[in-house]
Amino acid sequence: MVALPKDPLQDVMVARPAPRRLPRVLRSKTALVGIALVSLWIVLAILAPVLPLIPPNAQDFAAMAAPTPSAVHWFGTDILGRDLFSRLIFGSRTVLAVAPLAVASATLVGIAIGMLAGYCGGYVDMLIGRLSDIVLAFPVIVLYVILIANVGPSVLNIVIATTIASAPGIGRIVRGLVLEMKLQGYVAAAKLRGESTLHIMVVELLPNCRGPLIVDACLRLGYTIITIGILGFLGLGLPPPTPDWGSMIRETTTVINVWPHMSLIPSVAVVSLVLGFNLLADGIREGTKRR
Amino acid sequence: MAGFIAKRLVLMLFTMLAASFVVFAVTEFAPGTVARKTLGPYASQQQVDVLSDKLKANDPLLVRYVRWLGVLAGAIPDPLQDKTNGLGFSDPRGPQYFGNFGYSTLYKVPVNDMMWGRLRNTAILAGFAFALIIPLSILFGVLSGLREGSRMDRTLSILSICFTSIPEFASGVFLVTLFVILIPVLPGTSPLTNSGGWSISSQFVLPVAVLVIYDFGYVARMIRISMVGVMEKPYIRTAILKGMSPRRVILGHALRNAMIAPFTVLLLQINFLISGVVVTELVFAYPGFGRMLLEASLFGDIATIEAATMVTVAIAVATQLIGDIGYMILNPQIRVV
Repeated sequence: MVALPKDPLQDVMVARPAPRRLPRVLRSKTALVGIALVSLWIVLAILAPVLPLIPPNAQDFAAMAAPTPSAVHWFGTDILGRDLFSRLIFGSRTVLAVAPLAVASATLVGIAIGMLAGYCGGYVDMLIGRLSDIVLAFPVIVLYVILIANVGPSVLNIVIATTIASAPGIGRIVRGLVLEMKLQGYVAAAKLRGESTLHIMVVELLPNCRGPLIVDACLRLGYTIITIGILGFLGLGLPPPTPDWGSMIRETTTVINVWPHMSLIPSVAVVSLVLGFNLLADGIREGTKRR
Repeated sequence: MAGFIAKRLVLMLFTMLAASFVVFAVTEFAPGTVARKTLGPYASQQQVDVLSDKLKANDPLLVRYVRWLGVLAGAIPDPLQDKTNGLGFSDPRGPQYFGNFGYSTLYKVPVNDMMWGRLRNTAILAGFAFALIIPLSILFGVLSGLREGSRMDRTLSILSICFTSIPEFASGVFLVTLFVILIPVLPGTSPLTNSGGWSISSQFVLPVAVLVIYDFGYVARMIRISMVGVMEKPYIRTAILKGMSPRRVILGHALRNAMIAPFTVLLLQINFLISGVVVTELVFAYPGFGRMLLEASLFGDIATIEAATMVTVAIAVATQLIGDIGYMILNPQIRVV
């Protein structure tokens, strides 16, 4: 075999290293702020047991007379003399465990029913569509109030309620995507190869739903955090003394005229975390947009 | 068109039937019984059993559901209003009429006597909020959608995101701290009576503000997406190139077409506002529909929960229908199939 002449440009091309490309998300400033806010809370939540914090349920009776921020209690205490800073951080563990679990469960169920409806069509599609209509006809909060007030608040019930309330919406998104994709050549090719329906759904179709689903999951995480806060605020949160941001606001709004910091601090915490996820979602959407 | 509407109305009826049964089934899981909650923790089990029996709460689920349907349709008299059982439930309209939602075991009045007033209060609150959300979100959406990615777009978009990230309970806390405690210019509760010395109109300011803050950013983003889509259309370029003033291009060409898609979103906000005001009403002790639903759900007052469910589902489905019809009128490309 004749040796190919050496390409004079090859050296130059090798010498100049390809610029290390940041993931597109990291190039958006809003996404960076979002990531910063979210990771701040995640780090605090993970480190909570090893941080030198006052136990979240320990009562400091001396501090009850003057519960405002002090050297011992950085953010002050609540009406029972419990350290707000510690309860805030331990409360983030609750939110950051329940919300992703609920969103993951809702997304999985949503993908399953959306795939079935979109790919199978016909009666399956109609049945799933009708059932979704019934769930979607309920205003979301009404659905949560009716479900949780009746079955009682627990992590599992909140996850189930979120799944019931959110899966039809996610299913609609997936169904719409699948309807468009199943006419594409690669699906026909997979069919001709004799791949099973399950294989086509999971290996061929699912990866192409990724983009919209990631953005949706980010937004939904924000909504779910709000929902968990609302449930706590309505008195349907996790049972006391579990630190829960919504319940913390509920317990202290009665004394908001005297000690507003007790309600203000957990409110700011909720807003910062929700804002983090919303900015992240916006950054991903801006970053993945075709130019 | 008439056939389409008729078909949708029949579907709406089925949806309401299914929803009412689901709610009945879910309340089966409720901890504690209505009789126990009425009599309190110190009543003997025997007393609780007697009251449960009088309320007919021990019948099987299906029997109670069909009876509820019968009472609602006016086919049978409400058994709870039987003078002989000593419950003292009496409806001035009589025990049997069409649309009888039964007797609230929590408020001790016929549901029809209480619910519509509550709904009216909530409708007033939502109406004020809606009247502010529409212009604000159109302003934000159109200005940021004019040039995608421009400085104005990014500023307004991030502002919208910030506002939608403030849930009602948090903005309630912020606004009360600011305007009730630090600068006491507004009342912190809105019971709609003159008892506190605050005028009725001043009692509306904070609840409406809380609703607007949480909701308008979302609508603004929907309008923005639609506006961005319209501004990319060739006819806008043509209009600009033929020298039409930007004002006329935006108001005459772009805005009208950009409003078609968000029209549905705006309509769906009615639904969101009517029922999503639970938190706002709780924060400000507002005598509205959402708070009634919350209290009834916690008590297990099935007559009130069912009535509230029927009203919210009817509003939800009706607004969807109106949205679809309006969509067809606004956009002649869509035809009934």
